[in-house]
Amino acid sequence: MNSAVKDTSILQGSVAIAETVLAASPGVIAVYPITPQTHIVEHLSKLIAQRNLNNKYLTVDSEFSAASVVLGAAATGVRSYTASASQGLLLMTEVIFNMAGTRLPGVFTAVNRSLSPPINIQVDHQDTMTLRDSGIIQLYVENIQEAIDTHIQIFKIAEHQQVLLPAMVCMDGWILSHAYEPVTLWKEEAVQEFLPEFDPVYRLDPQKPLTYGALTDDDKIMEFKFMVHEALVGSKEIVKSVALEFKEKFGNYHGDLVEENMIEDADIILVAMGSIAGTIKAALPELRKSGKKVGLLKIRAYRPFPDQEIRQALSKARVAIVLDRSLSCSVGGPLAGDIKYCLHNQDGTRVVNYIISLGGREVYPETIYKIVDETEKKLADDAIDDKPVFWDLNKDLL
Amino acid sequence: MLKLNIGGITEAGLSKKNKTGNWSYFIPVVDVSRCNGCGICEQFCPESCVEIKEKLCIVNEYYCKGCQICCFECPQEAITMKEKGGAVT
Repeated sequence: MNSAVKDTSILQGSVAIAETVLAASPGVIAVYPITPQTHIVEHLSKLIAQRNLNNKYLTVDSEFSAASVVLGAAATGVRSYTASASQGLLLMTEVIFNMAGTRLPGVFTAVNRSLSPPINIQVDHQDTMTLRDSGIIQLYVENIQEAIDTHIQIFKIAEHQQVLLPAMVCMDGWILSHAYEPVTLWKEEAVQEFLPEFDPVYRLDPQKPLTYGALTDDDKIMEFKFMVHEALVGSKEIVKSVALEFKEKFGNYHGDLVEENMIEDADIILVAMGSIAGTIKAALPELRKSGKKVGLLKIRAYRPFPDQEIRQALSKARVAIVLDRSLSCSVGGPLAGDIKYCLHNQDGTRVVNYIISLGGREVYPETIYKIVDETEKKLADDAIDDKPVFWDLNKDLL
Repeated sequence: MLKLNIGGITEAGLSKKNKTGNWSYFIPVVDVSRCNGCGICEQFCPESCVEIKEKLCIVNEYYCKGCQICCFECPQEAITMKEKGGAVT
C-alpha cells in the first residue's frame, strides 16, 4: 500500500476537502458561510476545535472581509485559505484582483453555484468564470478525489516563487461538495513533506515596514499588469511539474493543464470542465461502440489558459464541441470564446458551442449522445456557425 | 536603471517624498502679532499641515495645498493667503 495513504473510505466531498486543507495546515483560515460551500468551513471549525489545533480560524462579517483577511495573512508570509461560492465570490472579486496585482498567494475553494437572479443554489460555472480576468489561477476538478489531490497541489503552485498568485480550486456544487464517493485521504506528514514552507519575496513586518498598494502612473501600470500576465503564463509549467511531482509521491494523476481521453483518432472532441467531464467519460464507450470517433479534452486549468495544449489536442479533429456551463451574455460561452481564439489561425477544426446545464439542469450520458448526433448532422449539412446553442432551451416558456 | 518589484511592493514612507506642496497656488501667511495660538487652524487643516508650536501657528509648506480653510476659520484673522510668487490676496 502507498505509504502516503491515511485512509480510504466513503466521504462527503466537503468533509474530504476540510480534512485535506487541514493537512496542508494553513496558518489562517477566514470564513463566511454560503451554500453550497458552508459544509467545508463548518467541518474545518469542528476539526480545529476537536483536535485542538493552532490554525487561526476567523469568522468574519462578509466574503469581502474573508478575502481581505486572506490577503493580509498572505502579506505577512502565512499560508492562508478561504472558501466561497456564487454571490460570495463576486463580493470577493475586488480583493482577488488586489491579491493578484500584489502577488499574494491565498488559496480559495470555489464551490461552483449559479448567480442570482433568479436565486438558485445549484451548480454552474458562472461565478468562477466571472473572475477569469483577475489573474487568479483556476483549476476545475472532475470528481472528489481530484478535488482532494488538487487542493494539495494548488498550495504548492500558488506559493511557488515564480508564481505568487492567488489560486482557486473550482469544484461543482452539490455534485462534488455534497455527494459521497469512495476517496483516499493523505497523511498529514506526506502532505507537509510535499509542500515546502511558504517563503515569500516580501512580507509585512512592523520592524521592516513596506508599502503595499502604492500609486503608480501611466508610465509603469502596463508593466505591472504585464508582470502578472507573465507570472500566470509562467505558472503553466509549474502546474505541469506539480502534477507530476504529485503523481510520483501519491500515485494519482488527473492530467495537468488538460487531460486527454481517446483523442488520438477522434473526429469529434468534446471539451468540458468540472464534473461534466465525468459524465462524458461514461458516455464515450457507448459512442465508440456505435462507431463514432469521439474523444474528450478535459480542461483542468482554465487560468493559466493552456492555449498550445488545446491547439495541439484539437488540431486533428474535424470539430470541437465546447460545453460551457456559463454564459458571456451576447457572445456565448467564455471557454468556447477562448478556444476559438486558440484555433482562429488554424485550418480544419471547427468549433461548436453549447451552453449547457445553467443552474444545475441535469446532464446525462444521453444528453451527450444527442449533442454528438446533432453536431454530426450539422457537419454533414455544412451547417456549423458561430452562434451558441442553448441546449434544451424550453421555448414554450418564452 | 529602475526595476519594478513584484506586486508593486516598495519601501515604506515613500508618500512623504512626494512634496505635494508644489500643487498649491496660494500659501498661508501668519501675522504673529494677531495669532494667539488657539489651534483652530490646526484642527481644521485637512492635510495636517498647520501646527501650533509654542503658541504660534506654523505652516508646513512642503505639503500645504493652499486650500485656504485655515485662513477662513481663523477667529483672529491672523492668516492671509499669499499667491505664490505674487501679491498678497
